[in-house]
Amino acid sequence: MNSRIVYIAANTFREAVRDRVLYNLIAFALLLSGAAIFVGQISIEIERLVVVNLGLAAVSLFGVVIAIFIGIGLVSKEIEKRTLYTVLSRPVRRWEFIVGKFFGLAATLVVNAFFMAIGVFAALLYVAHKFAAADAMILVALYFIILEFLIICSLALLFSSFSSPLLSAVFAFSLFVIGSFADDLRGFAAMTHGLTRWIATAAAYLVPNFSTLNVISSVAHQHPVGGQLILQNTLYAVFYTVMALSGAVLIFERRNLK
Amino acid sequence: MAAIEILGLEKTYMVGFWRKRPKRALKPMHLSIENGEIFGFLGPNGAGKTTTLKMLMGLVFPTAGTARILGKDWTDPEVKAQIGFLPEQPYFYDYLTAHELLDYYGQLSGVPSGVRKHRIVDVLAQVGLNDIKGMQLRKFSKGMLQRVGIAQAILHNPKVVFFDEPMSGLDPLGRREVRDLIEQLKQEGKTVFFSTHILSDAEALCDRVAIIHQGELRGVGAVEELTSSVQGKVEVVWQGTQIPASMKALGAECHISGETVRATLPEAQQDAAIDALRRERLRLIALTPLRTSLEAYFVEKLQHSQTTAGTSA
Repeated sequence: MNSRIVYIAANTFREAVRDRVLYNLIAFALLLSGAAIFVGQISIEIERLVVVNLGLAAVSLFGVVIAIFIGIGLVSKEIEKRTLYTVLSRPVRRWEFIVGKFFGLAATLVVNAFFMAIGVFAALLYVAHKFAAADAMILVALYFIILEFLIICSLALLFSSFSSPLLSAVFAFSLFVIGSFADDLRGFAAMTHGLTRWIATAAAYLVPNFSTLNVISSVAHQHPVGGQLILQNTLYAVFYTVMALSGAVLIFERRNLK
Repeated sequence: MAAIEILGLEKTYMVGFWRKRPKRALKPMHLSIENGEIFGFLGPNGAGKTTTLKMLMGLVFPTAGTARILGKDWTDPEVKAQIGFLPEQPYFYDYLTAHELLDYYGQLSGVPSGVRKHRIVDVLAQVGLNDIKGMQLRKFSKGMLQRVGIAQAILHNPKVVFFDEPMSGLDPLGRREVRDLIEQLKQEGKTVFFSTHILSDAEALCDRVAIIHQGELRGVGAVEELTSSVQGKVEVVWQGTQIPASMKALGAECHISGETVRATLPEAQQDAAIDALRRERLRLIALTPLRTSLEAYFVEKLQHSQTTAGTSA
């Protein structure tokens, strides 16, 4: 990889790690894992189900919050504080800056997910006393959660490249909510006719399909996840991320930094 | 070869809700700065100095025109490795220490890791920042941040340095140190282009200056050239407490101060004034042609442009 992208990514990672808000979010996520243990203990016979469901949901939700929270400020904060001026006046291309920022945030989220996953497995071990072979599927669910983070990350960067942090947060969070119900949106489109059907179908395919990335419930019930779904979701997430990042680059390449 | 050539750069922003109303920030500008020159870019706030610098740094895109730095297109990444830039009122990643920040900037500028470590220590010492190891930038004062800003601009040993208001936020001692540093950069053969509204700094440092107002260049030239568009007067100083009548007859404006008298009179009368002093057996101390100060020149240019704008309106 281009070395300047690596340097920008490393600096973005360092910024996120030194940001105290991030620690609060991690602490909160670990607290939720603790709560999963508590709820698991009072849920007779279904402790495992509750712990996996609540734990992975916490990893996903807090990861998304971190991705949006940090992602929306990645470009706008640099413009607002003028830190970008001393970066772009060096031999750094604008697209390298955007891609570096993306990888830095993605690395932050992967590391966070790793630590939060340790919390989930610890909670699971605590309530179930041992791991079952089917628990390996939790790793697949975590992988899908990370794919979800990548998409959210790229969307937050896309919005951050042209709008204010507040608006970027609203856009990114709205897309996350709509995308979580993408399957329902497609179902709705199939039931309508004419222009409504056309608009609903276009919207359903334009918003990120987070429904397909959510296998938490299935994994909690110890159902296996097929290899085809893993491949399909990987390709989908990579395609969506590349498209959103390309949009961010196209906008940022033309932007005057007043 | 000129170090910096600005070839008709201009900038018009579209403003208003629908972004349809044009607002001209910079009229077409042509300017050439020679290698090894200290060049001052002077103008009041909002004149277009920062817009020009931002265009040269590739932060703002020009509406028309182009520029060449060190003979190459100014957007060429190779050129960017040869230039240093200090923005106005710089602000840096406040979670980093000065060493970490400079290391990051050194990486981006392609300074090899072996050289970087020593270079960081050197430039920090050069800008007077010692004993700051481990201190995050969030704890730095405005003046210290300005020094870090200068350090990052010269870290990679650039050939051309752009400073936007480099003395801003510095105390008198700090300003003196930055002036010395700019002089030192010139001695190292670097070209320094700096914008300022502190005219005494420009007068003391610059080989040439340009005056910009309302987005338009109003004058360019060597400081001596601009300031020696003399008022056509000389100042004569002699020892004594009396003003001879012959001196008054020459049309001199005289002021007695302690044991000396200062008289201002037309340059054409200077020989007659010396003869008058000889006749009166008064001791001549000094005879100096009166130069227009840079400040006077600057104010005159600004007033002239305002008058012109008023007339044309």
